[in-house]
Amino acid sequence: MSPHAPGADLPEHPDRLWSATEPKASYDVVIVGAGGHGLATAYYLAKNHGITNVAVLERGWLAGGNMARNTTIIRSNYLWDESAGIYEHALKLWEGLEEELDYPLLFSQRGVLNLAHSLQDVRDSMRRVEANRLNGVDAEWLDPQQVKEVCPIVNVSPGVRYPVLGGTFQPRAGIAKHDHVAWGLARAAAALGVEFIEHCEVTGLQVRDGRVTGVETTRGTIAAGRVALCAAGHTSVVAATAGIDLPLQSHPLQALVSELLEPVHPTVVMSNAVHVYVSQAHKGELVMGAGIDAANSYRQRGAFHIIEQQMAAALELFPVFARAHVLRTWGGVVDVSPDASPIMGLTPVEGLYLNCGWGTGGFKATPGVGWCFAHTVANDEPHPLNAPFSLDRFVTGALVDEHGAAAVAH
Amino acid sequence: MLLIPCPWCGPRDEAEFHYGGQAHVAYPADPGALSDEEWARYLFFRDNPKGSFAERWSHSAGCRRWFNAVRDTATNEIHAVYRVGEPRPVTP
Ligand SMILES: Cc1cc2nc3c(=O)[nH]c(=O)nc-3n(C[C@H](O)[C@H](O)[C@H](O)COP(=O)(O)OP(=O)(O)OC[C@H]3O[C@@H](n4cnc5c(N)ncnc54)[C@H](O)[C@@H]3O)c2cc1C
Ligand SMILES: [Zn+2]
Repeated sequence: MSPHAPGADLPEHPDRLWSATEPKASYDVVIVGAGGHGLATAYYLAKNHGITNVAVLERGWLAGGNMARNTTIIRSNYLWDESAGIYEHALKLWEGLEEELDYPLLFSQRGVLNLAHSLQDVRDSMRRVEANRLNGVDAEWLDPQQVKEVCPIVNVSPGVRYPVLGGTFQPRAGIAKHDHVAWGLARAAAALGVEFIEHCEVTGLQVRDGRVTGVETTRGTIAAGRVALCAAGHTSVVAATAGIDLPLQSHPLQALVSELLEPVHPTVVMSNAVHVYVSQAHKGELVMGAGIDAANSYRQRGAFHIIEQQMAAALELFPVFARAHVLRTWGGVVDVSPDASPIMGLTPVEGLYLNCGWGTGGFKATPGVGWCFAHTVANDEPHPLNAPFSLDRFVTGALVDEHGAAAVAH
Repeated sequence: MLLIPCPWCGPRDEAEFHYGGQAHVAYPADPGALSDEEWARYLFFRDNPKGSFAERWSHSAGCRRWFNAVRDTATNEIHAVYRVGEPRPVTP
C-alpha cells in the first residue's frame, strides 16, 4: 500500500471566483454581511426568486468572519420540531449542494457522536434520539462499546472522572470545508448577477415613515428597496441604528487546530458535559472547538482559561492527543439568544429583515438559512420553516429552547 | 484573559470571577402591572453595546462579593469598578 499524503486529494486553490465592485447608487436588496448566510441568501434570492439586483456588503473581506472561523460541524439532531425542520432542511440541501454549485465543498458525512456522561445525559440523549426519529432525522443510541467502534480513540474506560456512558450518533452528519462553501456560493451568486462589495461597513440603516430606504456605509449611502441583515455577531449594533433592540448578547467563541497528523479520528465527537468538540480536517489537523467567554465582547479573541478547560476535556476523552502540538488558536464573535435558537424574520421596520442569534451553531444551517431567508425577503413573509423563529416569540413565550441540543454547554 | 481589579482585593485573574451580565437592571416595581411586552423586555432583553458597558462581576474564588464594572466591549479595557448600590461613574 502506498502512503497517502494528508491533503493529497484536496482540490486546487481556485482562481478568482467573483469580483468585488464599487457600490452602485441603489439595489433592490442589500444584504449586510458576506458570511455564509449572506452569500447563501443572495444565491437563493437570485436562483429561487429571480431577484438579481442584489449587493452583499461586507465590512472586512468576503467570508472572513465566523464563516472562516467555525469548526464546520454539520448535523440536524436538534430536539424540537421547529429546529428539526430548519436544520434537516439544511442537511438535505447540503447533500445536493456540491453537485448544484458544481464546486467541491468537501462535504463529508462521517457522522457525529454526542457523548453522554451522566445518567441524566443518557436519558436526555435517548429522548433526543426518539424525537429525532419522529421528525425523520437519522439518530441512534450507542453504548460505550459501540462508541468505541465508531471512534476507536475515545477513552471509554469507566475509571475517568466523567466516564462515557454512551452517545447519540447521527450518521448523515459531518463536516464541510467552510472556505469552499463560501467560494462556491459566491461564484454561483456572482454568475446570476449578485455584486459583492468588500471593505464596506454598514454604519447606519436609513428609515423613513417606518420603511427602510437604504444604508449608510463607510463607502457612502446606498439606497435599497429591502435590507437583509446577516451580520452574525454585530446584529445588535446594526439593528440599533434603526431603533431596534434585540435579545442578543455577543460573545467571543474560540477554536484551535493541531499540527497535521495521520488519520486517527474518523468521525466528529462532541461532549456537552466536558465541553469539547473534535474532528479531523481533510488535511489532517485536529479541529477543536472551545466554549464562549462568559463576558460579552466584540473582540475576536477569547480568554486563555477557556482553551485550558477545552484541552483538559480533550485529553481526558482522547489520551492519544497528549503529544499533539497546537498550531493556531482564534476566535469569532457570536450572537447568542436567550433560548439558544436563531431569530429570523420580519422586523417592526418594513423591508428590514433579521437573521441572527445563530450563536455557536449557524454554519450547519447555511443553505437552509439562505433558502428560507431568501423566501422571507422576496415575499415579505416568513418561510414556514423560519416562522417559529420570529422575534415576537420572546413576547408570546413560544420559545424554542435548544440549550441541550446546542450540544455543548456554551 | 482579563485582569479585573476587585474593589476589595485588587487586581486578580479573570478565572477567579463569575460574570453576572448587565448591571443596574432593576426588578419591576409593580410586577402585576406589566404587559407581556414589558415582561419580555425585563426577562430577555439586555444591552449589547460595542463600547462602554456597565456589568456585574462576582469575585467568586476570592472575597465572594459582587461589584460592578464599566468595561469597553470593543477593547476589553476596564474603565472603572464600583460597589453595588453606587451610581455608574462617568468614564471616558
Ligand atoms: C470558533 C467557532 C466555531 C464554530 N463552530 C461551528 C460549527 O462547528 N458548526 C456550526 O454549525 N456553526 C459553528 N459556528 C457558528 C457559525 O460560524 C455561525 O453561526 C455562522 O457562521 C453565522 O453566519 P454567517 O456565516 O453569515 O456569519 P459570518 O461569517 O460571521 O458573517 C457575518 C459577516 O457580517 C460582517 N459584518 C458584521 N457587521 C457588519 C456591518 N456593519 N457591515 C458590513 N458587514 C458586517 C462580518 O464581517 C461577517 O463577515 C462556530 C463559530 C465560531 C466562532
Ligand atoms: Zn475580591
